Amino acid sequence: MKERLQQLQQEALEKIEQANDLKALNDVRVAYLGKKGPITEVLRGMGALSPEERPIMGALVNDVREAIQRALEAKQATLEQAEVEKKLASEAIDVTLPGRPIRRGNHHPLTRVIEEIEDLFIGMGYTIAEGPEVEQDYYNFEALNLPKGHPARDMQDSFYITEEILLRTHTSPVQARTMEKHQGRGPVKIICPGKVYRRDNDDATHSHQFTQIEGLVVDENIRMSDLKGTLREFARKMFGEDRDIRFRPSFFPFTEPSVEVDVSCFNCGGNGCSVCKGTGWIEILGAGMVHPNVLEMAGFDSKKYTGFAFGMGPERIAMLKYGIDDIRHFYQNDIRFLQQFHRV
Amino acid sequence: MFVSYKWLQEYVDLAGITAKELADRITKAGIEVESVEVRNKGIQGVVIGHVLEREQHPNADKLSKCFVDIGEGEPVQIICGAPNVAKGQKVAVAKVGAVLPGNFKIKRAKLRGEESNGMICSLQELGVESKLVPKEYADGIFVFPSDAPVGADALQLLYLDDEVLELSLTPNRADCLNMIGVAYEVAAILGRSVKLPTIELHENSESVHDYISVRVDAPEDNPLYAGRIVKDVKIGPSPLWMQARLMAAGIRPHNNVVDITNYILLEYGQPLHAFDYDRLGSKEIVVRRAKAGETIVTLDDVERTLTEEHLVITNGKEPVALAGVMGGANSEVCDETVNVFIEAAYFNGATIRQAVKDHGLRSESSTRFEKGIDPARTKEALDRAAALMAEYASGEVVGGVVEVNTLTKKEVVVTITLDRINRVLGTTITKEEVAGILTNLQFTFTEHDGTFTITVPSRRADITIEEDIIEEVARLYGYDHLPATLPIGEAKPGKLTPYQAKRRHVRRYLEDAGLFQAITYSLTNEAKATMFALETATPIRLALPMSEERSVLRQSLVPHLLEAASYNRARQVENVALYEIGSVYLANGEHELPNEKERLAGVLTGVWHAHLWQGEKKAVDFYVAKGIVDGLFALLGLESRIEYKQAKREYLHPGRTADMLLDGKTIGFIGQLHPNVQKQFDLKETYVFELDLEALLKAEVGDIRYTAIPRFPSITRDIALVVDEHIVAGDLERAIIEAGGELLKEVTIFDVYKGDRLPEGKKSIAFSLRYYDPERTLTDEEVTNVHEQVIKAVEQQFGATLRA
Repeated sequence: MKERLQQLQQEALEKIEQANDLKALNDVRVAYLGKKGPITEVLRGMGALSPEERPIMGALVNDVREAIQRALEAKQATLEQAEVEKKLASEAIDVTLPGRPIRRGNHHPLTRVIEEIEDLFIGMGYTIAEGPEVEQDYYNFEALNLPKGHPARDMQDSFYITEEILLRTHTSPVQARTMEKHQGRGPVKIICPGKVYRRDNDDATHSHQFTQIEGLVVDENIRMSDLKGTLREFARKMFGEDRDIRFRPSFFPFTEPSVEVDVSCFNCGGNGCSVCKGTGWIEILGAGMVHPNVLEMAGFDSKKYTGFAFGMGPERIAMLKYGIDDIRHFYQNDIRFLQQFHRV
Repeated sequence: MFVSYKWLQEYVDLAGITAKELADRITKAGIEVESVEVRNKGIQGVVIGHVLEREQHPNADKLSKCFVDIGEGEPVQIICGAPNVAKGQKVAVAKVGAVLPGNFKIKRAKLRGEESNGMICSLQELGVESKLVPKEYADGIFVFPSDAPVGADALQLLYLDDEVLELSLTPNRADCLNMIGVAYEVAAILGRSVKLPTIELHENSESVHDYISVRVDAPEDNPLYAGRIVKDVKIGPSPLWMQARLMAAGIRPHNNVVDITNYILLEYGQPLHAFDYDRLGSKEIVVRRAKAGETIVTLDDVERTLTEEHLVITNGKEPVALAGVMGGANSEVCDETVNVFIEAAYFNGATIRQAVKDHGLRSESSTRFEKGIDPARTKEALDRAAALMAEYASGEVVGGVVEVNTLTKKEVVVTITLDRINRVLGTTITKEEVAGILTNLQFTFTEHDGTFTITVPSRRADITIEEDIIEEVARLYGYDHLPATLPIGEAKPGKLTPYQAKRRHVRRYLEDAGLFQAITYSLTNEAKATMFALETATPIRLALPMSEERSVLRQSLVPHLLEAASYNRARQVENVALYEIGSVYLANGEHELPNEKERLAGVLTGVWHAHLWQGEKKAVDFYVAKGIVDGLFALLGLESRIEYKQAKREYLHPGRTADMLLDGKTIGFIGQLHPNVQKQFDLKETYVFELDLEALLKAEVGDIRYTAIPRFPSITRDIALVVDEHIVAGDLERAIIEAGGELLKEVTIFDVYKGDRLPEGKKSIAFSLRYYDPERTLTDEEVTNVHEQVIKAVEQQFGATLRA
């Protein structure tokens, strides 16, 4: 009987080993452990044994059953794993096929430049002031120390609508309006971005409509050195930490002293290249100390208050920064142009 | 202003500083030197030759055979093609071995069988621009004065060994529109002194008053008029150095009298005019405004009709010059002129500007009057001109000056403290440094306890206030020495306004939704100005447009976006999705500024989404566009306050257009382009929208308030309603929401059907309704009650039936 059991165990383990799918394995289970299986049969025959032999044989039967059961479970796990792997293998895809595209547009390059500049100055405590594009002659010229008859305000250069109303030629009228609102009390610390218009024929370097960003700080004790420090900070954040700036004396009716501001070339680092035309410097801004007439006209006491102002052209900055060769690109809205500015 | 380096040395010592270095120093101190032109374009070996003999070339009609003494032993034979070559002339000879511009080497040659040992040169061949060559030598060789030394370097005599600095002057620096002014500037920069020309004037015993009298009827236009008579002049060429200097400065030499007036203009900045005294037609000069319709033939032989805005110089009867701009042909100095009347005047800049503008005539003289001259130098310049005419035109200066002078002499005195200078600049400049700068500028000043009292010379009319002095100090002290600091004072954080912040969010949303930002022109043509306008107004037209295409301010952003779409399509970019945020301009009264309203518009055409290998391809349609706009409303928290209403709008498809209302007020439209408009812009099926951005961004929405996450299950019921075709989903939805009350939390349309399985004229819309109570689990019964009310409501209001 014992031999019979050992033989059965061996047989069963062999069959389990041979089973190569779950069904075959189940057949083995039914065949050996089922109610009609040989082990059950052995159990039935136990009645013929002596009472001493019975528990010994019973324990042996249980051992055999357990051994078979364990083998079945182990094999089952193996087969199930194989089945899963087979399924996964059949589910493989070509990961190199393109993904479902996410359609995205992006900022216009001018907005990109303008927002960058805005954020930079917001970080230095400025707020953003905006004003009308159709402006009174007073705010566009007179309040900025450009009285009627001044050569710099020729009818030919501006788009007038009536004698007193025109399309603003710069964003400076926003400065005049903002100062006026402050009613002679500082500080004023603003950035004014916006569209401006001049009577130019559109070509690669001229546009009758373009954008400007100007800045204005008015307070007690504002010094020209503050202008230099502020613009150097701006140049470094905008064009790279190792940039430097230089002032060249210039003339604007609304500032005195007035300067042109050059930034050391971000292409060659100042050694001279085609971007800076060999000079190592690129002219980026006009700036100066607010003219006392401008302060007084806006209601500020020019003995008590001083201020600085600066202005720049986002088109020029974008053209330099991205190597754009024709200002008309900004206003043609060719998708093939616009989509080049999709990256952060 | 062109500044000859060689000529400038007459007034200021330039030892030890090259033209290039000088240019850098001038630029750094505030006047931009645009270029430094080296006048020698690579010439070597050109000397003065003396034509000893000239005979006809035996084999060529147009060539001459010349024997020229070039100061090197035997005369050389040179074949010359110039028509004006003649015996006895002093000419420029490029010797054998010489080099001319363009690396053109002169070799011994045979021309039609005759030997030629060099070349007699025209000025053009030496690199002088044709427009500067004296007219009589325009088509031939240049003839030097007879005293030119044989064998001398011709380049030196012609100032072709010179360098010319081109100054780009800002309007405030008119003082540098002349050599003496530039000399003062250079002297200030270099810390050197200025040598002014010495004037040796010998007047005869006659009185100018016996020759001429002057009356000024328009003293505001002409506060100073002075004149001298130089008699018995001999018209001829001016001295070579003068011609050379004029050419270096960009002025063509004419004759001695005219050249002297131009020379003084360049030297002193004082425009002069020389009249032929005998052709004036009277013995008086009257300066007055022109009469309307009066005419004058100017030097350029153009007859000009004048108005009362123009100032004229007359002989008491008729104009002889358009004051400050151009002389009259009738009194022009010519070869036969014997007696000259020299005018030196100070004309009002605005008056001259008007004439320049009206006649399109800008001259070296008018430019200087327009920008302002120094009247303190007017009479000195006149004296210098007269002296030069005596010397170089063999004239005799008649005693005295005729003059009308109503100028009130005003001296500009500026007082400023050292402290103020340093406070404005942020510097620590010393008293001594400021004094040094003022001294170099040759300003007279006194200093007491750090307070400077400065008398500004009249040549520097740009300096009137403290800040002007601060600028002078700063630029000569050097901006490179200015420290870099940041403003001291109360530091407030910078921040976008809520409007500006929301506008940025709108831009980002639209871009992430697939649209590119466009920026188009605000100016358009009359027809497009009012197209698509949300609210129409009288078009605002420019007084003086440059073209019809850019003559009127836009009232909608859509037309230019359509143009942009069309531009792309014409370049094979068929799929276009653009948006723009910008102003439209709505007129108020004629003397008021218009309303500028910020709008948001978009244009969509072509394929919206394509993922071809997975079989996905979706063209833009109304609902694509609407989805984008819906998302925008949701972004701004306005989705529940927006209503779409079927609308008819010009330029849009009558069946596929909606107005959008915020709180019942129209704030925009969305729709398909009308096929006619589509064709006009050369587009395919295209959708547009425009919204009143200000209304959207300024609508009060409050802060976000948290509501509890659902804790109880919700119950969903679907219904398919059959209604008449003309009933719109939005109306049904509104009725359902109203009838559903508190418990109805969500309504979703999941199917729309029209077709065979429904009666003619009917459609079915299927809604999914989700009911929920945040306090408890709803019973089936409760939901059924509400749901039945919903069904009843749509039955009653729309005659809807449940689809079987």
